[in-house]
Amino acid sequence: MATKSNKAVKISQKHLLGIQDLSITDVNFILNEAKQFIKLNKSKNKKLDTLRGKTQINLFFEPSTRTQSSFELAGKRLGADVMSMNIVNSAIKKGETLIDTAMTLNAMHPDLIVIRHQDSGACNLLSQKVNCSVINAGDGRREHPTQALLDALTIIEKKEKIQGLRIAICGDILHSRVARSNIYLLNMLGAEVNIISPTNLMPEDIEKFGVNKFSDMKKGLKDCDIVMMLRLQNERMTSSFLSSNREYYEYYGLTPDKLTYAKDDALIMHPGPMNRGIEIDTNLADDINRSVIREQVELGVAVRMACLKIFCK
Amino acid sequence: MKKQYFLNANIIDTHNSLNEVGGLIIGDNGLVEAIGKKVNKNNIPSREKVIDLKGKYIFPGIVDMRVFVGEPGYEYKENFRTLSNAALSGGVTSVVTMPNTDPIIDNVSIVDFLKRRGRDKSKINIFPTASLTKNLEGSNMTEFGLLQKKGIIAFTDGLKTIQNTRLMSRIMKSAYDLNSLILQHAEDLELSKDGMINDGIIATKLGLQGISDLAELVIIERDLTLLESIKCRYHISQISSAKSVNIIKEKKQKVKFTCGVSINNLSLNENDIGDFRTFLKLSPPLRTEEDRTSLVDGLNNKTIDVIVSDHKPEDEEQKRLTFAQAATGSSGIETLLSLSLELYHNGSVKLETIIQALTSNPAKILKINKGNLTIGNDADFCIVDINKPWIVKKEELISKSKNTSIENKKLQGKVTNTFVKGVELFKL
Repeated sequence: MATKSNKAVKISQKHLLGIQDLSITDVNFILNEAKQFIKLNKSKNKKLDTLRGKTQINLFFEPSTRTQSSFELAGKRLGADVMSMNIVNSAIKKGETLIDTAMTLNAMHPDLIVIRHQDSGACNLLSQKVNCSVINAGDGRREHPTQALLDALTIIEKKEKIQGLRIAICGDILHSRVARSNIYLLNMLGAEVNIISPTNLMPEDIEKFGVNKFSDMKKGLKDCDIVMMLRLQNERMTSSFLSSNREYYEYYGLTPDKLTYAKDDALIMHPGPMNRGIEIDTNLADDINRSVIREQVELGVAVRMACLKIFCK
Repeated sequence: MKKQYFLNANIIDTHNSLNEVGGLIIGDNGLVEAIGKKVNKNNIPSREKVIDLKGKYIFPGIVDMRVFVGEPGYEYKENFRTLSNAALSGGVTSVVTMPNTDPIIDNVSIVDFLKRRGRDKSKINIFPTASLTKNLEGSNMTEFGLLQKKGIIAFTDGLKTIQNTRLMSRIMKSAYDLNSLILQHAEDLELSKDGMINDGIIATKLGLQGISDLAELVIIERDLTLLESIKCRYHISQISSAKSVNIIKEKKQKVKFTCGVSINNLSLNENDIGDFRTFLKLSPPLRTEEDRTSLVDGLNNKTIDVIVSDHKPEDEEQKRLTFAQAATGSSGIETLLSLSLELYHNGSVKLETIIQALTSNPAKILKINKGNLTIGNDADFCIVDINKPWIVKKEELISKSKNTSIENKKLQGKVTNTFVKGVELFKL
């Protein structure tokens, strides 16, 4: 891990569009910065003035609870003026294109735009058209960098390292930006990554990213330190990928029985929102000895504060 | 028109197996009067004005078998006049236009309009196709016989494929009876649904829905199986993968058919998509480098007969969107020859093979007397400086739409003059 002081380091990118663009130095820089905010977020007075006078616009084209509120809270705790665009009532519903929306917002001189969009690459397009920094809060099935960063921070907090851990990512990999960002990041930080998914939900050539792929969950979970479950993204399913949810649960749902194949102290993660009884047993999800799902949400705010601070120029 | 004399040209006319240094005489009627090495200074009257081409090349005018024109309905993308000018600057003198206009070319009355517009506004030879099925719906076939009588050269659903096998077999039987040419766009539309680029590592990395090469293969295999029993005139518009090259090579031993390839698939691969370059969202998609080299091999060993531009003008607004929302296709008629010449310059394909795939082969498939410089035929040809370097600049493109797949690409070889029926209609 990098040194405690971040003062000499600078981020190499203007925007946070994906883990793919970051170097390991960048990642450690962000994670170290985030660690500083963990304590603050637990204290009574949570308000800083780091970003006072700065404007942050949240542009969420897809429904989101935790990511949007996490970014909003992160910005506010840093003292920024945070505006969350309500897409339902905006000009986008009247047929305005993303580029035109970007130009309009750009004219208001924001310092940061946080965007979530259903199309892969939407944040890249936006970043080409605005002057401020763009932070990707999830684009299509491509990347969700802050989620991967908060997952990494959670693992580090619990296991003190990532190097050498065996981590299973399990579920709907095809439609998952969380999976992609995590694959890049965990690989970069030296973990061994197992991908577990029915072949219908496995992206083509995924093994070329340096992961082991399994369609048998028990084999994939063998000796894992971390079991990261993904949400079955029914809203992105356009045709029959699976026969039924109950069959999926039978073969790919995380149950106490299947968990025995992982290490005894293996931790359970989930980016949320969960489909209880479809990809994860409801009791396991709430098991405070195994599940760190609540911590993920908590550390999410710290990671997003770090990202906002670092990328706000 | 005065007689015209050209000397010292490298003439390639694959229809007449001509590849020699010589001259060309165009008669005052706009027809080829004499051609080849026997045309030299000594047999031209000394008072006549002679143009010394100093080793530049003369090719028959290119026959581009796959061109989208926006007329009628999408004139803001391309009309016959702008298409002609773009084509001429690229040495293209004959085009086969796709029927997916608005209204769709699927009935006799619209063909009259089309022919009239083509004649009045176009400077090049327009060979319109009509759709295979009414309204491109893939359910009821159009009147092949009557449409042919009106001047329709071939039938295609353009960007769509006949999915229903029973209908396809009936279409083939009708085409057999009426001697009609089918141009099939080979894509299983269910298998490729929502797909944007080749299914593989790039699609996974960019998070874009992939199009498997199997979507192309299953249609080719199905159609060629039908063709073994129903021997109609059948041409696969464009293929994109190594798998397709292999099956076509094998089937050509048994059945008679032809196939084409887009210059984009011959020259580019999926890596060129880079950071979501929407101008490279194409159908069929760009695939891997192995697929590309297979296509080049296929061209060399005559598995592939034709190179097309797949010219699909789209206005900028349709491309300034996210990849998922952006329109498919690229403008390419004016760079077709120059980009093809890249394959010659880098030693992948012989010049004759390229010219054959751009001129005499398409003409033969279409059964038109174009793409050659036979004595007595229309003098449709282009003069090409095959070494001239130039850079593709969006703003310098003549086509109404600027969605080129090769912006800022450095090319070698440029058309300097294009003639239709002996009249010089383009001069660099």
